[in-house]
Amino acid sequence: MKQQKNNRLWFWLFLAPAFLSFIIVVIIPFFMGIYYSLTDWTAVAGIKPNFVGFENYKEMFSDMAFRYSFIRTFLFTFLSVLSINFMALLFAFLVTKDIKGKNFFRAGFFIPNLIGGLVLGYIWQFIFKSVVPQLGGLLGIPALEELLLLADPTLALIGLIVAFTWQYAGYIMMIYVAALLNVPQELLEAAEIDGANVWQKFRSITFPMIAQAFTITSFLTLVNSFKQYDIIIALTKGGPSTMFNDEIVNSTEMLAVHIYNVAFKYNDMAQGQARAIIFFLILSVISVGQVYFNKKREVEM
Amino acid sequence: MTSKRKYVTIGLTLLTLILFIFTMFPFFIVVINSAKSSFEIITDPISFPERWGQILDNMSEIWNSESVRYSSSVVSSVVITTLSLATISIFSAMAAWVLVRTKSKLSTFIFLFFLSGLIIPFQVVMFPLVSLFRNINEIFDIKMLRTYHGMILAYIGFGAPLAVFMFHGFIKSIPKELEEAATIDGCSKPQIFFLIIMPILKPIFVTIIILNAIWIWNDFLLPQLILGVGNDIQTIPLAIANFAGSFVKKWDLIMTAVLMAAIPIIIGFLLLQKHIIKGMVAGSIK
Repeated sequence: MKQQKNNRLWFWLFLAPAFLSFIIVVIIPFFMGIYYSLTDWTAVAGIKPNFVGFENYKEMFSDMAFRYSFIRTFLFTFLSVLSINFMALLFAFLVTKDIKGKNFFRAGFFIPNLIGGLVLGYIWQFIFKSVVPQLGGLLGIPALEELLLLADPTLALIGLIVAFTWQYAGYIMMIYVAALLNVPQELLEAAEIDGANVWQKFRSITFPMIAQAFTITSFLTLVNSFKQYDIIIALTKGGPSTMFNDEIVNSTEMLAVHIYNVAFKYNDMAQGQARAIIFFLILSVISVGQVYFNKKREVEM
Repeated sequence: MTSKRKYVTIGLTLLTLILFIFTMFPFFIVVINSAKSSFEIITDPISFPERWGQILDNMSEIWNSESVRYSSSVVSSVVITTLSLATISIFSAMAAWVLVRTKSKLSTFIFLFFLSGLIIPFQVVMFPLVSLFRNINEIFDIKMLRTYHGMILAYIGFGAPLAVFMFHGFIKSIPKELEEAATIDGCSKPQIFFLIIMPILKPIFVTIIILNAIWIWNDFLLPQLILGVGNDIQTIPLAIANFAGSFVKKWDLIMTAVLMAAIPIIIGFLLLQKHIIKGMVAGSIK
């Protein structure tokens, strides 16, 4: 009896530090956030928020800036996922081939991933603003020389994708490398003897083996593109502005940046919070979808 | 090797080399421009600098600048990162251990509760968190915003779910007999944990510390909210953001600051390369 009581005490003592921190930092604010999104919360001390129902949500969907940010975030996410996975797969195929110094190359492709998004954003801002025009002049390409990539609403998005791909492709490459190294060499050799060409080998042997990795990498790139904040802040700050349905909007203000700006720049905390809840719901759908597909694939394999 | 194969290999090596040069290009730009004066960087950002010694002048200007306060931000970053890593890993291991070893509905529920934290994005809790920290200050008179302990508590809260999840998976594979024998020998629970379990958990500690170190060292949004602007305590990314935003684009100094921020990470990577790659891949797949 005493032993059991003792065990229960230790259970709570060992659990408490991590559990309480988690509750204070994540769980309580999460529920506060749901409540605040239904009020006219201002975050000013001493003012009690009034319950307004779904007003914030209604207002949000009629706001052009939000709609535009929503569309742009999906576009950015879609293009980033393609670009990052394409480069990562290319890297992974190359560094698992029989070439000299492949470990050196692997490390090289991976290194940008260790540079934080903020620092990285400033590096690329400098490249796009100063280095690219200078290179254009040097090479005698006027189009490059006069290219103001970050001042153009369409090209600025490309700039973000380039910077993000530079950061993330090396990391995703490592996951593909792990999968590719699991492809049995004997199987490939046997296929070769049977006269399979490169494409056939890829389609029938390599591709199914990396399909499992693909569920992980597509999920990671999807979620991390969708949540992108640091690179945008350092590279474009959400700009340049453009027109959308006769309203001025910021062309690279993705949802994560948009949420922050609505709350602090336009000083509308309740609106910002309601948008954050929508942001959370979209991410949850992506996560649940990922788990679902993973489970389904496991059953099939 | 047939000669056709040989050409293919040479071609692939060349392609890899070209991609490698492109990948390294931004680093090259940072290094050469850290050694330029403010005039030189505007007129020619792609040539080698006239005088490499300029790099030291730039570094000391950043290091000693009253407005950037780079040296103090290095101290703050080191304090925040090391204390957060220690607390996240130890507290999570403790929690995961009792959750695995206690078979009850409650412990399963608490474990699932931790897992729910994995899908909650930072954006949805950040505004209420700041507000909650402000309330704690008003009600209990404990200052949470703009302090080290507030910052570290936030990192424990956000870092715990993944760490608990990873420790949980690992501890399940440790045979229980070891602990039962120790209990019979008269070891107390803390003794069992710190003397027997912790050493076994070493590889997973390494993984968790690496994953969290890269996150915390580079993190920007969370410190921006908790520590704020113009605080005595500021991390390196905050220092760089404040300075790169406030200066009228003194690119020579921004590049130097960027270089100074990147050097410790790259040295760390070169020293711990195997562990880092293994740890980060493991963290993604789990």
